[in-house]
Amino acid sequence: MREAIRLALVVAAKDIRAELRSKTALLSATVFGALVLVIFNFARDPTALSSTDLAPSALWVTFAFAAMIAMNRAFTVEREHGAFDGLLLAPVPRGALFAGKLLANLAFVAVVEAVALPLFVLFFNLDLSRALGGIVGTAILATIGFVAVGTVFGAMAVRTRFAELLLPVLLLPFMVPPLVGAVQVTSRLLADRPLSEMLGWLRMLAAYDVVFVTVAALVFSYVVDE
Amino acid sequence: MPSSDGPILDAVGLQRSFGSLRVLRGLDVRVGAGEALVIVGPNGAGKTTLLRLLAGLARPSAGEVRVLGKRVEPSAPDARRPIGFVSHQSMLYDDLTVRENVVLAARLYGAPDPGDAARRALEAVGLAGHGEERPPRLSRGLLQRASIARALVHEPHLLLLDEPFTGLDAPAAERLRALLGERLSTGLALVLVTHHLDEAWELASRVAVLAAGRWALDEPRAGDLVQFLHRYHALANA
Repeated sequence: MREAIRLALVVAAKDIRAELRSKTALLSATVFGALVLVIFNFARDPTALSSTDLAPSALWVTFAFAAMIAMNRAFTVEREHGAFDGLLLAPVPRGALFAGKLLANLAFVAVVEAVALPLFVLFFNLDLSRALGGIVGTAILATIGFVAVGTVFGAMAVRTRFAELLLPVLLLPFMVPPLVGAVQVTSRLLADRPLSEMLGWLRMLAAYDVVFVTVAALVFSYVVDE
Repeated sequence: MPSSDGPILDAVGLQRSFGSLRVLRGLDVRVGAGEALVIVGPNGAGKTTLLRLLAGLARPSAGEVRVLGKRVEPSAPDARRPIGFVSHQSMLYDDLTVRENVVLAARLYGAPDPGDAARRALEAVGLAGHGEERPPRLSRGLLQRASIARALVHEPHLLLLDEPFTGLDAPAAERLRALLGERLSTGLALVLVTHHLDEAWELASRVAVLAAGRWALDEPRAGDLVQFLHRYHALANA
């Protein structure tokens, strides 16, 4: 078990180191996220739609698509020069490989979300002093599940010629449940509603994480091996 | 290298199909310690597919691969530990330096001192002075040497090489032959696929011709290269 954890950390550290050098995933995802928030902000008619009504959807659309860009890029580097074969060839249990890629993807998406959240507050002129902790917690809960699914689909898409297209096509349907849950929780947090009104959605997000992280870990081996 | 009574590589009845296309049709491959099997064959004969099966990168449709007695399959990571593989592609990350790429491989294979293992591997292929460069800045020949360093860093018992001399100039090719000869003398088992038999002839213990997914010939190296090439062309064109 310790060896598997060590190998997962080696894989994650490799991805993070490579990304810190190139910054392509983080930069493109962050710029994309900022653009989406700007567009949402200026497209909204403040006399017809209050910022708190639109904000949860805008936030999660931004998070979802920016995360997809970050994950797409994370697997593109594996495709170049057959690098992913190098990982598969090594005596690394597939579970450790999955955990390493998942950790790195979570780190990328967390950074993108951490940059997008202050921009969101700025553009939508929101007071998050009471809701910030809840939104961060919701973001963590919602992100883990869809990043796990994205990690599996990214590994599947990396062997195809249309990886950049395939990942969003495969992943988007699986992102719907956590996105719906996250939007519902965020809107209640912004409206300062009691926790009891969110519990059902939070349970759904937690259940999604448990189910899809488990399933993703189990199917990863079948996806990556020829 | 630990001594081993049996062969290092023992593959039996390997078949591989892609849909209705049968690429490999029941191959046996046995290679012992210190032995170098050089495989030639026309394009599409199944040479690269065979190496991918032997490396554990693809599952055979039938048959099995054993390395040091352990069956090579995705659920058995330890069975892949004694294998080194140099493929058509470098398997290097553009955003890491050459040294970082080789250190990464050493870490993945559990080398006790990854930094030192990487240094020795880079020195062995004559890349000690290029460790801090990134792969996109290297010439084709230097990239090939980095790829070989990556494959050798964990001191494998079985080395699989797919066209290893591609892109190497004459001195670098000679250096690689010397390095492989030295490793063979210490018990390495080698399977080398090439279109340029002249570059690997002196290394070979056995030479095999793969044609249409079957062994057309598998015999100890004997005689001179020119005589063998006459026979090879006759077999490949048959």
